[in-house]
Amino acid sequence: MTPSPLVPTGGATVRAVNDEFHGDLLEVSMGPHHPSTHGVFRMVVTLDGERITKLKPVLGYLHRNHEKIGESTSYLGSMPYTDRLDYLNAMTNNWAYALAVERLGGLSVPERAEYLRVILAELSRLQNHVCLAGFLLQDTGASGTPLMYAFREREKILDLFEALSGSRMMCNFQRFGGCRTDASPAWLAQVAALVGGFGRFLDEFEELITGNEILMARTQGVGVLKGPAAVAAGITGPMLRAAGVGYDIRKVDGYGLYPRFTFRVPIGAHGDTYDRYMIRILEMRESIGILEQALRDIPAGPIMDPKAKLRGFRPKPGESYGRIEGPKGEIGFYLISDGSANPYRYRVRPPSFVNLTVLEDLCLGHTIADSVVILGSIDIVLGEVDR
Amino acid sequence: MTAPINPADSLLERAPQALRDLVTSHFPQPWRWFANGLLADVAILAVFGLLFAALTLAERKILGRVQNRPGPNRTGPFGLLQPIADGIKMLSKEDIVPRDADHLLHFLAPVTLLASAIMAFAVIPYGRNLVPVDLDAGVLYFFCVGATTELAVFMAGWSSHNKYSLLAAMRALAQLISYELPLLLSWVPVVMISGTLSTTGIVAAQSGWRWGWMPTWHVFTPWGLAGFIIFMVSALAESNRSPFDLPEAESELIAGHLTEYSGCKYVFFFMAEYFGMTALSGMAVTLFLGGWHAPLPALEFIPSYAWFGIKLISLLMGFIWIRATFPRLRMDQLTRFAWKFLVPLALINLATAAFWSLSFGWSGPMLAARCGVALVLVIVPFVLLGRRLTAGLAPRSYAYAT
Repeated sequence: MTPSPLVPTGGATVRAVNDEFHGDLLEVSMGPHHPSTHGVFRMVVTLDGERITKLKPVLGYLHRNHEKIGESTSYLGSMPYTDRLDYLNAMTNNWAYALAVERLGGLSVPERAEYLRVILAELSRLQNHVCLAGFLLQDTGASGTPLMYAFREREKILDLFEALSGSRMMCNFQRFGGCRTDASPAWLAQVAALVGGFGRFLDEFEELITGNEILMARTQGVGVLKGPAAVAAGITGPMLRAAGVGYDIRKVDGYGLYPRFTFRVPIGAHGDTYDRYMIRILEMRESIGILEQALRDIPAGPIMDPKAKLRGFRPKPGESYGRIEGPKGEIGFYLISDGSANPYRYRVRPPSFVNLTVLEDLCLGHTIADSVVILGSIDIVLGEVDR
Repeated sequence: MTAPINPADSLLERAPQALRDLVTSHFPQPWRWFANGLLADVAILAVFGLLFAALTLAERKILGRVQNRPGPNRTGPFGLLQPIADGIKMLSKEDIVPRDADHLLHFLAPVTLLASAIMAFAVIPYGRNLVPVDLDAGVLYFFCVGATTELAVFMAGWSSHNKYSLLAAMRALAQLISYELPLLLSWVPVVMISGTLSTTGIVAAQSGWRWGWMPTWHVFTPWGLAGFIIFMVSALAESNRSPFDLPEAESELIAGHLTEYSGCKYVFFFMAEYFGMTALSGMAVTLFLGGWHAPLPALEFIPSYAWFGIKLISLLMGFIWIRATFPRLRMDQLTRFAWKFLVPLALINLATAAFWSLSFGWSGPMLAARCGVALVLVIVPFVLLGRRLTAGLAPRSYAYAT
């Protein structure tokens, strides 16, 4: 194979193609050290000019043996470790894991703790979605302004997490049978203040960028994922709803206290990147409504099930699956107990990883610039993808 | 107010030339032209070098304020020494050349780029009688020199032996071919109307006042306004500034053609970008914004070079402001925008200018008709072409699952 005169010889990988018009393909390894792969993700893209003819995701740079460690650790010991899965959403990871253990051990959760869980999960959704919007716009090249706006709001939410749990991101807050610490009235007032101002922030953010022609040109019709394909691939979360499937585990399972709250589930009609962006914006608006209702109705009372035994917890042999609607999709934990203090099997169903499986299908035929935007709209966190 | 004096005779107005004569009068007469030229070079490098430093700081400060952060504020009062710190840091860095790079081209690219960016400053009239070289075809010279910058970007991308740089080089060439055309077409009407290719001649054509107060700058005519906007948009693309910064698209191509550059050579690229931006803004001021002329007769006491500076800096601030907000276009959208929007608009604008020139003698009600026809010629294609360009793009409304 003779290298093309158009490509510098040496390191460049060139594949001959039997097409005199398209010449040679250029294989570019994007990542694991690339500004837009959202961590140590790597895409090996084969380019025809700037068009992608093949995209191979390469995973595992952040693999930490999460599931095996879960099997050699007590049930409580895995709780802080779930923080490190999707490190933007420790609160929802904790909740999904707590839900699985509660089902395994037959524990109930006091009402106040359920309310706290809803509040924290929705706050987590707000900061995840606002981060995603910022990063996505950064990927389209919007020079940091939307990102900094988004991060300003995210910091406020992380401050609230820190005030309650002691840590901004590694919250380790939920426990099976309740929550670790109780929220003070002052903290709830702070949440109320944040929620009250969040709608204005969203208006400002949307005014800044949503109607921008360049943004629409960059995202509309790019990376189209249709409903049946999304269902077949097991896609969940905002990405599935953007594809037009109104599937929200908060509605389907009605876990926690979600049946008590009124909220709507926005769905997209096109399934493109713009829909994925807008669905998140609309979900944030719904989350604000849920938070307002939760803050209004939260009762006083205990936050832990008195039956719950955190240390030396030995559930009866059996299995359970706990799943919730995380900000990125269905985050689930599958546990098998053999009656000992450690789970026999500990399995994570990570939404980022499953959603990432359609990346090549979405990117084929688009340009290298689109691949970055599509990846941004899938919303992955490598801690969860690689585990 | 004292007796009106001719603004051309005021002390401040004559200061630069007086200073030059003070220095170069010591030279023997045959050498004086050379000394004058050398002095102009030194002055340009000093002024625009300082402006470059100030501009980097201003850009970081303004971007910072736009983005809810303070910007650089640790070096000196308000971070004012930041350009110096940047300079020391960049110049003391190791110059890394990839092993497989084409060493000669890798070295030549930044030098060529910076040299051509500086050469562009030669023909801009900075004030009354303040033009380094008064060429007959100054405008043509300016854009010829400007076109070589893209070649240098291509050299950088090619020689770096990096796939991202190579993609950037491809993008740079496509961008050059696409945007050189509307850029050139946008100022042809100016040449048509003023009847000269000399920059000083074009400025002179914009002197005087209509109705005693309104400046006769080209931008205040329908074709001039359209030309100015096309020129500025193309200038954004020519100087690789956001939202047209595709060759160095950081989110896709790391840093594009700059990926394999470090230290001094990187600074050269950086300087060339800012010099190019400044030179294009200076040319926009010359072609459309009346050059160094004051905007109102009463303000003529301010020296001409100050007016040039004020206009130049306003345009540069516009560049920074645009960078703060817009997402980046994709390559195909970039070229489509040039070929399907800017080039037709610029061609129609040529016709508008021709009409404007034909109807020069019209007066009374015909003057209103002249303005009306010209405005229609400018606005209607803009709306129609713009609608076609953004066809299919619209904000959407969303349904909710039941």
